[in-house]
Amino acid sequence: MKPNLDLRSLWRTAKDRIATGLAILATLLVVAPLVAIFFYLIYKGASSLNWAFFTEIPKPEGEVGGGMANAIVGSAVILAVASFFGIPIGIGGGIYLAEFGRGTKLANAVRFTADVLNGVPSIVMGIAAYSLIVMPMHHFSSFAGGVALGIMMIPTVTRTTEEMLLMVPHSVREAALGLGVPNWRSVISITLKTASPGVITGCMLAFARVAGETAPLLFTALGNQFWSVSLNHEVSALPLQIYNYAISPYDDQHRQAWAGSLVLIALIVIAVSLVRFFTSRGTLKGAS
Amino acid sequence: MGVAIEVKALNAWYGATHTLQDIELHIPANHATALIGPSGCGKSTFVRCLNRMHETNPIARVTGSVKIGDLDIYNDISPVEIRRRVGMVFQRPNPFPTMSIYDNVCSGLKLNGYRNRRELDEIVERSLRSAALWDEVRDDLKKKSGASLSGGQQQRMCIARALAVDPEVLLMDEPASALDPVSTSKIEDLIFQLKSQYTIVIVTHNMQQAARVAEKTGFFLNGRLVEFDSTHKIFTNPTDKRTEDYITGRFG
Amino acid sequence: MRVAAPVGDLSTQAADAPVSAVRRFLLARGSSRWADRVFSGLMLLCALAIFAIVALIAAELLSQSQPSWHAFGLSFFYHYNVDPVTHLPLFWDPVNGVFYALPFIYGTLVTSLVALCIAVPLAVGLAVFLTEMCPRWLRSPLSFFTELLAAIPSVVYGLWAIFVLIPLLRDNINPFFIAIFQQPTLVRLFAWTHLFGDDGLFGGVNLGLGLLGAGVILAIMILPIIAALTREVMSAVPNSQREAALALGATRWEMIRIAVLRNARIGIVGSVILGLGRALGETMAVAMVIGNSPEIHLSLLSMGHSMASVIANEFTEATSDMHRSALIEVGLALFLVTILVNACARLLVWAVTRGATARVQ
Repeated sequence: MKPNLDLRSLWRTAKDRIATGLAILATLLVVAPLVAIFFYLIYKGASSLNWAFFTEIPKPEGEVGGGMANAIVGSAVILAVASFFGIPIGIGGGIYLAEFGRGTKLANAVRFTADVLNGVPSIVMGIAAYSLIVMPMHHFSSFAGGVALGIMMIPTVTRTTEEMLLMVPHSVREAALGLGVPNWRSVISITLKTASPGVITGCMLAFARVAGETAPLLFTALGNQFWSVSLNHEVSALPLQIYNYAISPYDDQHRQAWAGSLVLIALIVIAVSLVRFFTSRGTLKGAS
Repeated sequence: MGVAIEVKALNAWYGATHTLQDIELHIPANHATALIGPSGCGKSTFVRCLNRMHETNPIARVTGSVKIGDLDIYNDISPVEIRRRVGMVFQRPNPFPTMSIYDNVCSGLKLNGYRNRRELDEIVERSLRSAALWDEVRDDLKKKSGASLSGGQQQRMCIARALAVDPEVLLMDEPASALDPVSTSKIEDLIFQLKSQYTIVIVTHNMQQAARVAEKTGFFLNGRLVEFDSTHKIFTNPTDKRTEDYITGRFG
Repeated sequence: MRVAAPVGDLSTQAADAPVSAVRRFLLARGSSRWADRVFSGLMLLCALAIFAIVALIAAELLSQSQPSWHAFGLSFFYHYNVDPVTHLPLFWDPVNGVFYALPFIYGTLVTSLVALCIAVPLAVGLAVFLTEMCPRWLRSPLSFFTELLAAIPSVVYGLWAIFVLIPLLRDNINPFFIAIFQQPTLVRLFAWTHLFGDDGLFGGVNLGLGLLGAGVILAIMILPIIAALTREVMSAVPNSQREAALALGATRWEMIRIAVLRNARIGIVGSVILGLGRALGETMAVAMVIGNSPEIHLSLLSMGHSMASVIANEFTEATSDMHRSALIEVGLALFLVTILVNACARLLVWAVTRGATARVQ
């Protein structure tokens, strides 16, 4: 009887050890590619970054040198358009969910639709923007790309805005209403202002997410080898340029693709770290 | 200066719960009136009906008439406008967390579009003095956030905020229930000071407090106004048996 | 009755104060009933815009895919022609107007399946480690790292895959599997499964690019999503459950299995489905490594195409209306499938987290 019991408890301990080992192994296997990606980005990217990268436009195919200045500017234009559409609509939707539609069926439906919209593949967003804007206008444009990215920002902004507004205590709203402040003023100047760090964080999160999107731009902004800041014109963007260079046969373009990726990642990591910094201070739990 | 309040056949509901039943009441101008009763008796709901805060809850409903001065507040005027005339101090201090002390005090004016800087400075000082807070905060009016004050100071700041819009009536919903004894006594002193210029309605579950500050006292029980009389009468020789039971601590 | 002592001499001050200026100003302000109405209307409009956008996308995809739908009908998704010369199946030939989407569906399914097979055990392992075993000081940086993994753009994953992952697979990992799956004894023994040998799972030319490479990069991309949600549902399991299991003399692993994983399983399934939704629609990284050829082979080493990658690759070059319409129909199918998958996942996760918080309270 006794040795049998010992054997069983030994087996149980062994299983426990194995499971622990496997969990640690899984963690290492997850961390490994991340470390590898960052290692390569910094190793290949930093050695390829130079002043020309930020100031010059691409050289013709096969020639060495040039930079992605036009793509950086193009990205800025597209993201400005995206923010112009995405952030106000997103915040408005969040305000509706938190302040006006609380508990209604319509609010639940909006919330669900926002989650669905969040899951729509970015390439599908590209097709939609193509047939809604590019086809009627008969040409590719940064405007179309911006709209596609703006739509992708909406669900994130809406949901974080709602969550942040719900965290503002009810007593603060009552204080404003009790002073005879009109509701619209109370929502904007009191509730939204109180929640503003969290709302801004949500907007940055959405911004960082779409800043790296390539698929919706493939057939909206299209890409461009030259300077362009026009809303009515095809324009290059950082992710698009990285894509085009990554699949090109030239080493120098590969080099620039790494440099571009490093710049892109640096921007995103800064945004995510800021988000993390704000959320970890406790005031904005649930933002990410 | 304050005005009188005339309440007729007031009924209020939260969803299906009938929280106030047929309230009839005359609250005199420029006096403090206390409302007492066990918790859940409807006294808070009642003061919230006096500035139409009750209806901010979507499931709430009110019938009857409330006249403040000459105005029937449920017919002649919008909720936003009546709340500018009737100030309210809530159970827990509720400063605007993003604003400085200065901005908190003049928020009722600023948020309603009042822009005169010089006037605002004066009003803030006057209101803070009236709320007996000026000496404690005068040096960091614009530096400190309203939320950084102590609980008692916050509540006095909230009173100053309510006074800044120069209301005709001041409603106080258990203003000292979340405060320590020292702060409570300061608030009581304040009410004593203010009642000559404002019509004050104060809800309290503390009978001594009602006895100390109010000329008139009403006793609520189960959504009904059981008795309304001079404070002296209520606390020494109540007409209703139930009032007497409550005063003497036999229930509640 | 005690009479309160006066505080300072402020009684007279307020009494003499001019009542008029402020009061007159406030009395002159309107009820702003219209401003309130306009404002709430605007906010409602923003909320409705979200509906409108989804509806507009659906309508646009539907109307633009009409030509292809009329030409091929439902057979678009399963039919194929046979090449008269080579007698091989012919699915997609824009030049000759042949448009059947089967290889894309196959590519999407296979790469997503490979991704799930790799990512789910790793993500659950990571979540278990983070919630149950990790020392406190390591928890925060580690979860931050996995969050970063989710923030890296698809195109950067693609770039890294082309230059690092694919060579690694080709030179170090694939040969290992090829050796196993082409081992003569094993081939003979498992011939009936059709998975071994030259026509099997690891047959054909080892280029690195292909379904396996796409599956692996997808796995890395969906890992953080699954891990984050799994962690969330695991943390939602009340501690009393853990303590109960430990009090019964369970080892840590038994406690995790009995108390945590069992309670969290529906939520884990939900997070896996959510990860699947992301994998199905992922475009750029897949397009960069899948090889881009509209064929169907059993071998994971073979080139393929996914629904998203074919759109990314061919849309701008689609010269005929039918080609474009067929691509949009692929997009429509992708849209519907991801909506369905996401809706299922959301409902599951909602149901679970709602139940869990109720239990904690």
